[in-house]
Amino acid sequence: MTNHYIDLKNSDVILIMGSNAAENHPIAFKWIMRAKDAGARVIHVDPRYTRTSARCDYHVPIRSGTDIAFLGGMINYIIEGNKFFRDYVVNYTNASFLVNPDFSFKDGLFSGYDAKKRTYNKDTWTFQKDENGVPLKDPTLKHPQCVFQLLKRHYSRYTLDKVSSITGVSKENLLKVYEEYSATGAPDKAGTECYALGWTHHTSGSQNIRTMAIIQLLLGNMGIAGGGINALRGEPNVQGSTDHCILYGNLPGYLKMPNASLAKLEEYLKKNTPTSNDPQSANYYQNYPNFFVSWLKSLYGDAATPENGFGYSWLPKLDDGKHYSQLHLFDRMYEGGIKGLFAYGTDPAVSSPNTNKTRKALEKLDWLVCANIFDNETASFWFGPGVDPKQIKTEVFLLPAAATMEKEGSQSNSGRWVQWKYKAATPPGDAISCGDIQIRMMDAIKALYAKEGGPNAESILNLKWDYKDRQGNMDVLKVAKQINGHWEADVEVVDAGEKKLFKKGGLVPTFGMLRSDGSTSCGNWIMSGSFGADGENKMARRGKDDPTGLGLYPNWSFAWPVNRRIIYNRASCDIYGRPYNPKRKLLEWTGEKWVGDVPDGPWPPMADKEKGKYPFIMKSDGVASLFGPAMAEGPFPEHYEPLEGPLAKNPLSSQLINPTIEIFSSDLDQVANASEKFPYVCTTYSCTEHWCSGALTRWQAWLLEMQPELYVEIGEELARELEIANGSKVKVSSARGEAKCIAMVTKRFRPFTIEGRTVHQVGMPFNYGWLYPEDGSDSTNFLTPSVGDANTFCPEYKAFMVNVTRL
Amino acid sequence: MKKTEYVKLIDTTRCTACRGCQVACKQWNEMPASRTRNFGSYQNPPDLQWNTWTLIRFQEYADKNGDFKWLFRKDGCMHCTEAACIKVCPSGALYHTDYGTVALNRSACIGCKACVSACPFDIPRYNQATDKIYKCDLCYTRLHEGQKPACVLSCPTGAITIGEKKAMIEAAYNRVAKLDGKATVYGDKFVGGTHVMYILSENPAAYDKLPSNPKVPASVILWKNLFKPFTLIGMGAVAGMAALHYLIKGPHEVHEKKEGGEHDV
Repeated sequence: MTNHYIDLKNSDVILIMGSNAAENHPIAFKWIMRAKDAGARVIHVDPRYTRTSARCDYHVPIRSGTDIAFLGGMINYIIEGNKFFRDYVVNYTNASFLVNPDFSFKDGLFSGYDAKKRTYNKDTWTFQKDENGVPLKDPTLKHPQCVFQLLKRHYSRYTLDKVSSITGVSKENLLKVYEEYSATGAPDKAGTECYALGWTHHTSGSQNIRTMAIIQLLLGNMGIAGGGINALRGEPNVQGSTDHCILYGNLPGYLKMPNASLAKLEEYLKKNTPTSNDPQSANYYQNYPNFFVSWLKSLYGDAATPENGFGYSWLPKLDDGKHYSQLHLFDRMYEGGIKGLFAYGTDPAVSSPNTNKTRKALEKLDWLVCANIFDNETASFWFGPGVDPKQIKTEVFLLPAAATMEKEGSQSNSGRWVQWKYKAATPPGDAISCGDIQIRMMDAIKALYAKEGGPNAESILNLKWDYKDRQGNMDVLKVAKQINGHWEADVEVVDAGEKKLFKKGGLVPTFGMLRSDGSTSCGNWIMSGSFGADGENKMARRGKDDPTGLGLYPNWSFAWPVNRRIIYNRASCDIYGRPYNPKRKLLEWTGEKWVGDVPDGPWPPMADKEKGKYPFIMKSDGVASLFGPAMAEGPFPEHYEPLEGPLAKNPLSSQLINPTIEIFSSDLDQVANASEKFPYVCTTYSCTEHWCSGALTRWQAWLLEMQPELYVEIGEELARELEIANGSKVKVSSARGEAKCIAMVTKRFRPFTIEGRTVHQVGMPFNYGWLYPEDGSDSTNFLTPSVGDANTFCPEYKAFMVNVTRL
Repeated sequence: MKKTEYVKLIDTTRCTACRGCQVACKQWNEMPASRTRNFGSYQNPPDLQWNTWTLIRFQEYADKNGDFKWLFRKDGCMHCTEAACIKVCPSGALYHTDYGTVALNRSACIGCKACVSACPFDIPRYNQATDKIYKCDLCYTRLHEGQKPACVLSCPTGAITIGEKKAMIEAAYNRVAKLDGKATVYGDKFVGGTHVMYILSENPAAYDKLPSNPKVPASVILWKNLFKPFTLIGMGAVAGMAALHYLIKGPHEVHEKKEGGEHDV
């Protein structure tokens, strides 16, 4: 979230699209209800009428996988209707920037496409610059090559007729949402967007979110109370795990995993440290070397020296052009290219797409180590349905792990609030925390390396590994403090005009003091400041004061970065630092300093040409990106059909599917687009009563009583056509597999009219597996394809084609 | 001295049907789960049962304009002032607490099922295995300790609240005044006023298993006035129970087959 849960109450219009907030974030939904109580409009756009829809002002059904078309139509509506917030767009975005004249977009493709590699050469996705290297701008937004005009041209193709025909949303409904939402373009109005897996689980996942980001920027909704782009992340601690680099391309704090071609630290830093020639751009990532070197120091301690590049060469590197997502891992595993797998707190035999492929892949492993609080379908794959244990060579270890309430530590909510929690109970039997499992394992590995040596020995032997208490168990506070960062030498710092001496071994008070000379160490720069220099654990703070009245609660826990509750908050004020909305005053420039939330940097507002800075300090240009060249698919999001959909042709261009997604080609990666055999669009989701694969919740009798088995929700019209009775058993099949389940015939799915013909959609939860309960419900992912987003490789669980037959 | 009379207010316009209340009730009252099957609905168990004292009913409904609504109603004991169940209970197991709520002293229950027949809301459930009646007691022991009932505590959206009767009735009408025209307050106009009240987004008649105008059955009043004083005197009880059952429901079976023990639906 750019904002935070409580801040939802400050919104005037809440668009819930790509999320089933009431069902999957039931506690957080209370803040949406608070906004509604205060008069906000709450709109739900979703393929299915859900428990969320029931509490919104209205629900708009949309065909799965067509969000960009829907939102692209809104961009068109905002620009054509002159509904955008001009001051904001001119000053705080790159709308006025002039784009490289060689940049083009033709028939669904941007300039630089390489069809063979399915990637773009981005050389033309750049800005024109003046003699000082500062981007050329046209603040009138009239120059035909400025971002605004290109944006306008791009989305002018997204007419109401076109969008309605692609999405299946009536023109009346489109206009209703567009009109209500774009009214938040007024300076004193706030609109927010809540999304979750409904947007990320797509081949166009990242671009779904970016399209909305463009809308939020056009309407001036970023950086303000009640605004923002808000990913509702869940109980699995998704926020905390991404912050601490669960994704293969990241290091802690969203630093970049190095590639093999960047052999030296200097090369790596040069590649990843952005520069700006605009004196008004703070370009905060110019501090990248401070964060990265401090991280290396946290990893290798005293062994990391300037002479050895702080141990950079010991880091594992990604092969250039190769990817290591879960999709890739299981693809390579299926090919026989992976020998062993650690699966901690995860149940890929249920939760990964294309279950037939996933389970076959597990059979190719020599060994598998699972750590969980219950047995699950992954740890037990070797005696699963249709598997002969005698034929399985894989040696499987199941380690009993402590549950979340059985350990102390931090948990991060979607609003970036890192909250400390204490151990409530001792884990049963032999169960220990995953941290302790790691410590014991690494101790053993280090001892073996010390004795016998081996490949990459320096990387193992030089690892700083002093996180144990006197009993030899993991000391979570030691870990947390190393994440915050330490001084590695006595250092004198001038802070706010005052000289301060910091002693070696002390805690670093903020990432602003991290250094690239080896005098600081920090396990995750964004978490720096989670401890006070005096040792106070700020994550454990529970102050309930709310000085702004906006629900920021600055003394409750620690929010990264530097306890900022709403990021890019300087954009809530005009260029002189006066709040756009005096009723919801998030921040204000007094002439000397900012008051309110922790500002995005201390500099004066940008009207001060000498000392002032632009508000989007993490962007090298200092402004937000309407034109976003970092994306794999292109700087402007474009609608493509899902890998498997009902249409043989994309109504907008000749490019049927996302031209940059990777297509896996094993014998089990079958695809059936626009096929008569699989005529219905299917989507998958979680229900309130279960959690993820259900590996934890299916064992809980009260939860299982409420949602006992796998079902498929089918509209009444389709059920009539197929003569399927409510509550009867059916088989759902795709080109990849099948799932037997109960038909839930409902008014909550309605047929769509797509390109002039009727298209039915059905939906299924993904919370079931064969191990328990013992009545035949197995994974929904037998149906889903192994394909993912082109930027993140997040799998497509939300749009694919199936058939439904009676049993 | 009479303690505060409480009302639990269920605002269906705030309910997200997360069913936290349904689980919290089972947890606090230590009620086991039944092994259910999906019968084509989110609603599960399909009905109240001896081990399910509160249940969210899910109902797909199209109003007069054809507008689709998904109605959620937390069903359970309404805790009537004129409580038919108390009137017919021959053993005194059912009784009014100082909070105005209807509690059940299970050790005194003789399993006669008179309350099952009498209740205008079809709430009490009989368990064959224990030969006892079960229903919500509005967390009497929690109220006694100054705690909110488990369902109230679990509700994330503030759809279930509890407080002093007069204030809650006022709050209910204030809320309805803010909602659109169809919304109504349900519970204060019959059976002497219930201690569980609803804010309904639709007309009461729209809701499954919710009587629009619940009454204490005439037969119960007759029973109360004529027979009850004598029923527990010696052998008269058995004959009296049979008479009562016949008066209220006629000669057919009530719930016995459906209720009690674990069952498949």
